Amino acid sequence: MSIMQDSREATMSGRRSDGTPVRRPLSPHLQVYDMMQMTSALSISGRITGVIWSFGLLILVWWLVAAAAGPSAFAGVQWFLSSWLGLLGMVGLTAAAWFHTLNGLRHLSWDAGYGYDIATTYRTGRMVLIGTAVMTVLTWLIAIIAWA
Amino acid sequence: MANEYAENTTLRSPLGRVRGLGSAKGGTHHWWMQRVTSMALLPLMLWFALSAASLAGASYAETVAWIGRPWNAVLLLATIALAFHHTAAGIQVILEDYANQEWVKMGGILAIKAICWLLALASALAVLRIAV
Repeated sequence: MSIMQDSREATMSGRRSDGTPVRRPLSPHLQVYDMMQMTSALSISGRITGVIWSFGLLILVWWLVAAAAGPSAFAGVQWFLSSWLGLLGMVGLTAAAWFHTLNGLRHLSWDAGYGYDIATTYRTGRMVLIGTAVMTVLTWLIAIIAWA
Repeated sequence: MANEYAENTTLRSPLGRVRGLGSAKGGTHHWWMQRVTSMALLPLMLWFALSAASLAGASYAETVAWIGRPWNAVLLLATIALAFHHTAAGIQVILEDYANQEWVKMGGILAIKAICWLLALASALAVLRIAV
């Protein structure tokens, strides 16, 4: 997203009571921020990974309901999860889940009033990214060892 | 001055104003429940992620036996309840932030709540059928 040079560029299109169009000033919003900064990028990623995990919950529901339904239904889940699409999806889901979890820890510490200064925010942000990579690899290492 | 006096005066006590919760008719309950469920889900999801990873490649019988073990079934039921509460609460906030039309916002929140309730009940029934 491009960075706005002048916050007055942020206007909304409205209409006067006589119906004539008017561009009214709007307080600066997303347009004024560089969304590729670590702070904004990790912030929106927290939401996106939350939504991804909602879809992951659907797989959990499918897995449990199929296990209760019987071997043939469960074979369908196993077929999907061991397919290329299923594996790719599960790797993505694992990474999203770990990110959401570690970023959630960061949010809980913010809620408790800690870590608001910029240096700490960047440091914990990098810790979340590194932690996500480490935990995703660790989870799949366990899965591969269990599978073999 | 009269105006100054009026600004600092209200017919309601500070406690009454807090208890009244203002025009939103809600305070921090939704936000707080998001934090509570997130804290409860931390150990549960750690347990589930590692268990699910170690179940990779397990047969149908092994998987069903794992779900049916009492301790696992209890933790699974807790995970299901908390995860769907947390999901519904999270998606509700996203809808409240991004849905412009009131009917989209209200309809979306109600639909998400319905879906989360039904999926949570279906998952819980599946666990109970295996465990009981």
